[in-house]
Amino acid sequence: MSLRKHLAGAVFAAALAGLGAPAAQAQTPGTQYFPLQSYRVGPYAAGGTGFFGGFIDYMNLINLRDGGVNGVKLSWSECETQYIVEQGVECYERMKNSNPPPSAWNPLSVGIAYAMIPGITADKVPLITIDHGRTDSTDGAVFPYVFPLLMNPYSETSAIVNFIGSKVGGDQNLGSKSIVVLYHGSPYGRETIPIYQLLAQKYGFKLQQIEVPDPGTEQEAQWLEIRRIHPDFVVLRGWGVMNPVALKTAQKTGFPANHIIGNVWSNSEEDAKPAGDAAKGYIALTTQATGTSYPVIQQIESTVYAAGKGDMADKSRIGSVYYNLGVVNGILNVEAVRIAQAKFGDQTLTGDQVRWGFEHLNLSPDRVKALGAAGLFHSIDVTCSDHEGHGLVTFQQWDGTQWHRISDWIAPDWALLRPIIEASANKYAAQNGITPRDCQSQVASN
Amino acid sequence: MDWGFFAGVAIAGLLAGVMYSLVAIGFVLIYKTSSVLNFAQGAMVLFAALTFVSLHEEGLPFWVAFAVTLGAMIVLGILIEALVLRPLVNQPPITLFLATLGLSYVIEGAAQLFWGTQVHSLDLGIEDVPLPLNAILISQFDVFCAVVAGVIVAALTILFRYTRTGLAFRAAAEDQYAALNTGLRLPVIWASIWGVAGFVSLVAGLLWGARTGVQFSLSLVVLKSLPVLVLGGFDSILGAIVGGLIIGLTETLAEVYIGPYVGGGIDQWIAYVIALGFLLVRPTGLFGQRSVERV
Repeated sequence: MSLRKHLAGAVFAAALAGLGAPAAQAQTPGTQYFPLQSYRVGPYAAGGTGFFGGFIDYMNLINLRDGGVNGVKLSWSECETQYIVEQGVECYERMKNSNPPPSAWNPLSVGIAYAMIPGITADKVPLITIDHGRTDSTDGAVFPYVFPLLMNPYSETSAIVNFIGSKVGGDQNLGSKSIVVLYHGSPYGRETIPIYQLLAQKYGFKLQQIEVPDPGTEQEAQWLEIRRIHPDFVVLRGWGVMNPVALKTAQKTGFPANHIIGNVWSNSEEDAKPAGDAAKGYIALTTQATGTSYPVIQQIESTVYAAGKGDMADKSRIGSVYYNLGVVNGILNVEAVRIAQAKFGDQTLTGDQVRWGFEHLNLSPDRVKALGAAGLFHSIDVTCSDHEGHGLVTFQQWDGTQWHRISDWIAPDWALLRPIIEASANKYAAQNGITPRDCQSQVASN
Repeated sequence: MDWGFFAGVAIAGLLAGVMYSLVAIGFVLIYKTSSVLNFAQGAMVLFAALTFVSLHEEGLPFWVAFAVTLGAMIVLGILIEALVLRPLVNQPPITLFLATLGLSYVIEGAAQLFWGTQVHSLDLGIEDVPLPLNAILISQFDVFCAVVAGVIVAALTILFRYTRTGLAFRAAAEDQYAALNTGLRLPVIWASIWGVAGFVSLVAGLLWGARTGVQFSLSLVVLKSLPVLVLGGFDSILGAIVGGLIIGLTETLAEVYIGPYVGGGIDQWIAYVIALGFLLVRPTGLFGQRSVERV
């Protein structure tokens, strides 16, 4: 973008701020409304602009190309959270009584999502935490309104260990290996500590888990410790600035980038690019592929951007990790509405009705292909008891300028994880006086 | 005890401390001349780095982008003096501190408004790889940072101790009324020192930006420099360097040798424990000037 455009944009933004104009299309009666707790400024704005840009672009595509979902147009409005929990909750309070009512909440923030669970459960509106959120909310019997779609943190952990197993010639060879998990010093970072311990016991690999205090701008001590341990692989469970600093410091201490495996919040261009050459060869997990070669992304470019309704100020970011995650999130939300319409009619649905749609969100690979997203993500099959939906993951490698997929779609060890998830969910239910639903009878009644 | 590893950890800690010192020096410059703890220092680092890298990406050569950014930082300093500090002359220190706190939000917002929210990579052409020194790892980038910090400290020491401008800076810091009575122009002095602080912010922003990427988190590096200031003294440039070295060394050694026994992740708060300890026994820090008031 040219300097002149930057300045023009700044003046325009200032004018908008001065007028108090809404940042996005406001909700309209008779539409299916999505309140967006977005973050376009602050330390995590790069991720927020990509994710919410992709989500909005997909909703615009549905409106422009299809005239909405079975004739019901989609609408949305944004509320800036700066990724701050208090502001996210304030946005929720401000938008929850809108007309038409919210279809679903998509805050893309663990902290905001945790804070909203009691409220959205009382409101009977689904909360979508794609690729993140409470692991035990996978158990829909206890968390009927929370959907950690595609992947929860435990599944991610299992998939990473499975991938490392494939790199060393099979899980049977993991026993002779040593793995360090470098995690962000936050509840998010610590969430997978017991699962790595469990997997280390199962496969016999040596495990060290090292914390990096937030924000992670200095990691000399941690990487010197890693150098002393001399592990075969380092799993990077980072966030924000911690990721490029980890890659830079790894280079400084002589650890090879192609033996660092990043998790889902360490897998974006914003994580790898600032590290420059230090990131070459770095591997990261993802639930959705990057690039613009998928029909749905191309339709967004040819339909939405051609109509001048694209959300991304910088079009070169279309196809990036966060953008494509936003598009996938848009697909899942729209398809949940479509599935719910099949039961409740082609009209504006309540949040509770959309929740039913999410709980029956079954997109086979063929359906994903029909949506123009074959290869972008694999498939999903959400049920009453499984709100994650058996999402598969893949791994990508950074070549210095972009990501390339280097693995097939990999399944986590769901059978191993399920009892732990259920135990945690039941504990939550007992602490909060929740009587879990009987998902067997739910299935029978459908 | 692996002494080779210990030496490597110690050297890495000292070099990390130099990076903290670079930001701390900016604090010291403002505090030394106007007794203001400039909480906007981190925002200035962000603004400088973001402006430089954006101009450079627009196609401006390195030194042209550097000069234009330096000019922007000087203009920013003049504006801060004219619009914020001058109206608050002789207000209590807490008022001035809160003003700079507000200023930090304004500068952060302006930086993102003008240059966007994208993360930028910054390559200064110096490899961040270890020098071949047996088992001890010393990054040539860290050595470069240490040299830059040394040059800045030397230049600022000469400026403050051996030039008339420096004498005027010190006079303004000592007693604003007395400085005015002797004919010194406080607005010019303050604008000048904010300009120098802008230069230091630019250098710190480039070096930190090359390490972390140029992104919003640059404004958070102030959190690393606050214990350095407490330890070294808020008004001592030498103290900023010594404080940085002590903090960097201690937190790295603590993380490596104590961290594993207490769950790790202690290097963030251990620096503040050290600073708090110093605050209790030596409130002005190692090199801070003790104020003597006639009652």
